[in-house]
Amino acid sequence: MTDAERPTPNVPDSLTEPAGPAVGQDEWVARHAERRLLRGGRLGAVEERLRAAPWWAWLTVFVCLAALLPVGFSSGYVRRVAFDTVLYMLLALGLNVVVGWGGLLDLGYIAFYGLGAYCYALLSSNQFDVHLPTVATVPIVVVVGAVAGWLIGLPSWRLSGDYLAIVTLFFFQIFIVVVTNGDHLFGHNVTGGSNGIGGVDANVRPFNLFGHDLPVAHSGSFNVAYLYVVLAFFAVVFVLLRFVNESRIGRAWRSLREDPLAAELMGMPVNWLKLLAFSFGAAVAALSGTIFAALNAGVFPTTFAFPLLITVYTMVILGGSGSQAGVIVGAIVVNVLLELLRDAGNARYVFYALIVLALFGVYRLSVRLAVVLGGTIALGFVVHGIASAIAKSNVDGPANGENWLIDGLRHWVIVPRDLGPWKQITYVALIGVILLLTLVRGWWRVALLVPTLYLAAFVWENVMLTAPEATRFIILGAILVSVMIARPSGILGERRVEIV
Amino acid sequence: MAEKLLELKRVSMAFGGLHVVNELDLHVDEGEIVSVIGPNGAGKTTLFNLITGVYEPTEGDIVFAGRSIKGMDPHKITKLGIARTFQTLRLFLNMTVIENVMAAAFAHTRAGAFRAMLRTPGMRREEGEIRNLAEERLAFFGQRLMGYRWNQPAYSLSYANRRRLEIARATATNPRLLLLDEPAAGMNPTETHEISELIGKLRDEGGYTILVIEHDMLDHGVKISEGSFEYVATDERVVEAYLGTKATATK
Repeated sequence: MTDAERPTPNVPDSLTEPAGPAVGQDEWVARHAERRLLRGGRLGAVEERLRAAPWWAWLTVFVCLAALLPVGFSSGYVRRVAFDTVLYMLLALGLNVVVGWGGLLDLGYIAFYGLGAYCYALLSSNQFDVHLPTVATVPIVVVVGAVAGWLIGLPSWRLSGDYLAIVTLFFFQIFIVVVTNGDHLFGHNVTGGSNGIGGVDANVRPFNLFGHDLPVAHSGSFNVAYLYVVLAFFAVVFVLLRFVNESRIGRAWRSLREDPLAAELMGMPVNWLKLLAFSFGAAVAALSGTIFAALNAGVFPTTFAFPLLITVYTMVILGGSGSQAGVIVGAIVVNVLLELLRDAGNARYVFYALIVLALFGVYRLSVRLAVVLGGTIALGFVVHGIASAIAKSNVDGPANGENWLIDGLRHWVIVPRDLGPWKQITYVALIGVILLLTLVRGWWRVALLVPTLYLAAFVWENVMLTAPEATRFIILGAILVSVMIARPSGILGERRVEIV
Repeated sequence: MAEKLLELKRVSMAFGGLHVVNELDLHVDEGEIVSVIGPNGAGKTTLFNLITGVYEPTEGDIVFAGRSIKGMDPHKITKLGIARTFQTLRLFLNMTVIENVMAAAFAHTRAGAFRAMLRTPGMRREEGEIRNLAEERLAFFGQRLMGYRWNQPAYSLSYANRRRLEIARATATNPRLLLLDEPAAGMNPTETHEISELIGKLRDEGGYTILVIEHDMLDHGVKISEGSFEYVATDERVVEAYLGTKATATK
């Protein structure tokens, strides 16, 4: 085929003809986004329009939606989950300053959250009979957090990477030890030891804003005022951090993350900037701590433990460290998912929806997708038919979490009355087959995927749903692994290039 | 005679027992282009690291604009007016082209975190100035780093353009002395020629004094090996470094 016979690709002249004078070879790379937009068609145009919307528009829409949530949901549980999610978002925003912008691996972050909570409790309870008004306490605690962040940063003056992580982890450990043994600190009961500060005697006061006490429980259920308070904190923190990131300080933080030596040699005081990043992160964490302590009318050392640190890190990494929108999405995904997975019925929706979405994500609308979905459904009915023909007891086991989905699934997935040793065998077999899946390619993978999916559904219905508490973390872990493989920079994170 | 902008007085640098720079005397006058030449491992980049404060010399003194900068933090030295590029490129790859240049304006701008949070008028004015400065510095390279490229991440640039961006970034610190570490490394002959012209332009139009590690673009040369030019030129070690040794049996 000669050049003349080739079909002309449907691209505007502006792309085939370089605009202006001929420039270097990176022209092609630079126009990547434009070409992608053209390929995307109408959907791509919508995506581009959404991308172009300014950050404050997104923030406004989000805060309004969150504020309207109590209108649609009167359940105290849903409101409490919404509150927790926003609190996690606040924590993730603070961690994002240190980890995402500063590039500093701070494993002591939760200590500042705890510090904020304890400071609030000490400043507004009977512990030392100090009862400052909320409008004074919160700023004080934020300043204490910022100063503590600065001081904790000092010993790590010249540290980075793994070394910094170890030192900050050590500080976290010290914090835990001090608060759990703080009931006779130099002869005084400061932190209440392992009992924390709480209960009727301590009488940790709730927030008092505009002359109104915000009691923790409002006529027996979660006081929705706290949702509004935490949303307000979140919006303010988001905007302030955004402004800092768009200033010379933010640029310096990101330079520091990219290349500390180059940043120093371009006139940026690297060590000072590190302390500043620590300080900002700690201040946000301390602020989150105040509202946590006020809501719970107390603080207990077990709250500020490693699992919380890992949860917040998961949110930041999953969402896309360095992107404010990303860490917010991360916090929502992780917290809402963990809550949904508590209930077997909801967990079932999540499980099957995730599988179908993942298949769509991998195969798009292709023949392979049809083969996998059709094959799995057909295989299910065949297996179910055979099993029920052999013995009725193979398919009439108890179902966990009744909802419409299981009614349909009962004709497809087998749920034996008595599983016997098959519980362990199928579970291990599923893990084995998934590992095998990563080794094969092309149509082999498609062929193997069909029995794997059916086995997964079997294990899900028979094994995993019987232990929802363990299952939630397995599912979260699986999601984390798959997202990290598919998008190493997180859901909304910008693609990062290390060395080219 | 022009004013001495930079003067190294019998500077030595040793890493343990390894003497990389030995009693080096060097001066760069205002408005000069001075080239440092030498074989690999002669200590050229170490010299740059000494001047910019990455290393502190074990002996001797470094004077910049009449002031000793020995033992100062690198960012303070940059603020005084010395900026450099790197032989192995060290751009902020995941930041945009213009942000790379804007970031380098840190030392001579002032708005702190609180003014940034409140977006005071002064802070916003300064942001505008930083942006203008960055655009002006990028415009120095003609069409190479212009227009839509500003908002591309630095990693999307070609190698030659990354080298140009490094120079642009260094000039954004408003230096008096520009240290260029092998600016033409990895460039083809056309690009090398372009870079030599650019260095001349940087001095003539930009007004920078330039110390460059390169082989074919100099006003006068500086020796890494100690001693007079005659001594060095006939020094067996220098001859050996450039021309190799006679075949000799080892052991």
